[in-house]
Formats: sequence, C-alpha cells, structure tokens
Amino acid sequence: MKITSETTWRELPLGGIVAQPGSAMDYETGGWRSKRPIWDFQKCTHCLICWIFCPDSAIIVEEGKIVGADLMHCKGCGICAEECPDKISAITMVDELELAAQEGQK
Amino acid sequence: MIALEGNLAVAEAMRQIEPDVVAAYPITPQTEIVQKFAEYVANGQVRTEFVAVESEHSAMSACVGAAASGVRAMTATSSQGMALMWEILYIASTMRLPIVMPLVNRALSGNINIHCDHSDSMGARDAGWIQLYVESSQEAYDTTIQAVRIAEDPDVLLPVMICLDGFILSHAVETMELLPDEAVKKFIGQYTPIQPLLDIDNPVTYGPIDPPDFYFEHKRSMMEAYPPAKQAIIRVGDEFGELTGRRYGLFEEYRLADAEFGLLVLGSTAGTAKEVVDVLREDGIPAGLLRLRCFRPFPNEEVAQAVSHLKSLAVADRSVSFGGFGGPVFNEVCSALYTAKKKIPVVNYIYGLGGREVREEHLASIYEDLAVVASNGRETDTVRLLGVRE
Repeated sequence: MKITSETTWRELPLGGIVAQPGSAMDYETGGWRSKRPIWDFQKCTHCLICWIFCPDSAIIVEEGKIVGADLMHCKGCGICAEECPDKISAITMVDELELAAQEGQK
Repeated sequence: MIALEGNLAVAEAMRQIEPDVVAAYPITPQTEIVQKFAEYVANGQVRTEFVAVESEHSAMSACVGAAASGVRAMTATSSQGMALMWEILYIASTMRLPIVMPLVNRALSGNINIHCDHSDSMGARDAGWIQLYVESSQEAYDTTIQAVRIAEDPDVLLPVMICLDGFILSHAVETMELLPDEAVKKFIGQYTPIQPLLDIDNPVTYGPIDPPDFYFEHKRSMMEAYPPAKQAIIRVGDEFGELTGRRYGLFEEYRLADAEFGLLVLGSTAGTAKEVVDVLREDGIPAGLLRLRCFRPFPNEEVAQAVSHLKSLAVADRSVSFGGFGGPVFNEVCSALYTAKKKIPVVNYIYGLGGREVREEHLASIYEDLAVVASNGRETDTVRLLGVRE
C-alpha cells in the first residue's frame, strides 16, 4: 500500500520498517540543489568518469553515452564537474536561480 | 535438586535455550553468566555464535543486528553496562526484536558501587523493554526460560529483561530444580521471525529515518504491544506452572487478602519480608505483602485491586528518582490507586541503595509505621528512608 502523511498507525508496517526495496528512488532530493551540472556535449568524450564518481547515481547514461543529470536526485555537489578531466572540462556548475531567471525570460 | 549460584543458574538456562547469537561484555556482578556461557561455547556444548564485543553498547548493537537478521539473540549486563547500552535499548524495542537479557541489578555510579540496587533497570523503565523482577535464583532460571516465549509471542514481539538482585541472588548458592534440556527446548519452541533481514525475497529496511509526520504513529503502534505482553506473562507463567508446579504471574500476594497493613516490594527483599510477615502474624498483627514481579508493563488495575482493602500501604523502592516526588514504584502505584479512585494512605520507603543491607528489623519497623499511618489516617513524611545513617 502507498504510505502517505494520511496513513494511520494501524496501517504502518510493524517496527517502523520499510517493506519496499529501492524506495529511495521515490524520494525527491533534487530540491536541495543550488547549482546544476550542465554538460557541453561539444567537449564531452563520454568517458563516463563523472558517472562513476557521482555519489547519488544521479547521472543518466544511455547506450554508453552521457545524457545528463537526474534532476529528481542530483544534489548539486559538483563532484562530476571536479572529476571531469581538466583538459576536457565538459561540465559547468550553473546557479539554479540563474537558470530559473533564464527560464522566466523565455 | 541442585545447588547453584544465581548467575550459574541463569547461564544454565541460556545453555538450554541455546540462542543463535550471544554478544556480551563482562561487568560485576553479571560476569559469571557470560563467563560460564563462553565456556559452554568453547566446549562445544552449544552452537551459539559468541561475539566478544568491546563494550555493552556494542553488545546490544550486535544483538539488535542478529535479532533483525532473524535469529535468537541474548546478552546480559548490569549497572554501568546497562547505562552504556541505553540508547540501543530503545532501538531494540522499537524494532520489535525479542531479545532476552538477564539484568543483574547493581547500583549506578557515582560513586562506583558494585552492589545491589534497582537504579539500573529503573533508569531504563521508559525504554520499552518488558521488566520482570525475580525473588530467587530458582525464579531467575524459570523466568529466563519463560522470557523467550513472552518475547516471541506474535502479539508481543518485545525485548525482555529478567532483573535479579546483584550478589544477593547472582552470587549466593540456592538449591533449585532444573528442567531437562528437552523440556526447555520444547517449552520455548522454534523461533519464526516475522520480517528477517536475511529473507532476500522480501527485502526490508530496519531503522530508517522517521520524520515528524510518521514518528508519532510508529510510537502508537509500539504502545499496542503492552496489553498483550501482560496477558502473555500470565499465560506463559500458567503454562510453566503446569510443566513444573511453579506458577508465575504479574505479582505474588503473600497473606495479603486479609491484611490491614501491606508492603509492596520487588526482588529478593520480598523473601526477608515474608519471614517478617509470618512473625508479625504470630503476634496478631495483620501484615501482608505484595511482591511485584512484572514492573513493565505496569499492571495498574491489578495492583490497585489487590491493595485497595488495606488500611495503609508501604511501597518500597530500591532506587531514587532524584528531584522527583518518591521513587519509581511509588509513583506508579499511587497513579494506579488515584485513577482507580482507591484512596488509601500510602508511604514510600527508599531502601537498600548501593547494597545497603535490609534486615528483618528494618522491615518490621515499616509495619510499625504503617499501624501509625493507618490510625491517624494520613501520611506525614510521605517519602522515607530506611536504613541510612542520619
């Protein structure tokens, strides 16, 4: 059953356990982000070093190629930008407020 | 019939229970329990996985891990050891893990004192563990065995501590009857964990974060276990009585029904008190005793019912709640009486701290006081001290 803030005590699993595996996927942590990683795909060689280092498994890879950040779970820690090799530097951390302002102008 | 030290009787019960995991750390006066049990492990007499941890905090943590994985886990401790594992006690009960722990009652420091009082277990009375206080080593052995069944009852699923008085019971030799190994195995039965971590087909997470919109409901859910726990203690005590002839319940009434002056006490002091009651009765004094065995869950209705006919009641506490009005047992009994609308005069005696000896003359003086309290119908000096040098 779906547990929500309306769920009564009788419906909760015994002992405060969580009975669904992988439930962290449903929980949005992207709202914690103040800077967003943006890839320059002219520079990216798809070496996947950023994907390996992401502590939240929040970089989307499809058919061996970087797609971008999983915005529901990316917390903007910037490790991907840091680990992208210096001579490539394909990732820039951009302020969320700046991006919001740009969106607003569109 | 066999003569055994209390600690060795408890170790024997553990050997017969043969838990899957024992994680323990030594502390006087519990040491012989785990020392003896470690011997059983080394000799191959039990197949228990013995984890020699670096502290009591680790001992209870390891037991929680083991129990969550889906096996029977036990440990034992006293005093500072209990205090050190304090935060994990709450984890064990919240996770509804049926861990069984003999607790050899010893005074909490400061100053360092290795002798008997109830400050350790009373200090943990809010942690959600079932607490059973025993009068004798026979009862310690019997209750350790019953504790497994009580803890694992499907409507209960709570950890249980068996409280036995340090040195008085743990280190004194008593003649007692033990059950054959097969009888204990049959009594405790097989353990079927309901949501073990090791069931990879039904993965569960134990101990996740619990924000304000869920914590209260989880605590409410936990509260639901205590009425069934009370029933399980009675039921298992009855069943044990059928097996051995020694029946146990929430408390023991000794010449209480026709008494006018009553003493309510926990643990081994009750043994001395029974002698005193008998002597007083010979002199025509209507003395009686209630030995409370089950302190958690607190059987408020049953206790109020059992003492409400008395002209006066003394509640003895072998611990202090500093800054509080009276000791822990006194407070629970008074709440029970007040809410049951049974207004009888009650006085509190703080006694036996740090192993201070409690003699027959001390207990007899309580009954003298009770006669005075009953005659003037009110209690002056509600909280009194027994046996301290003023």
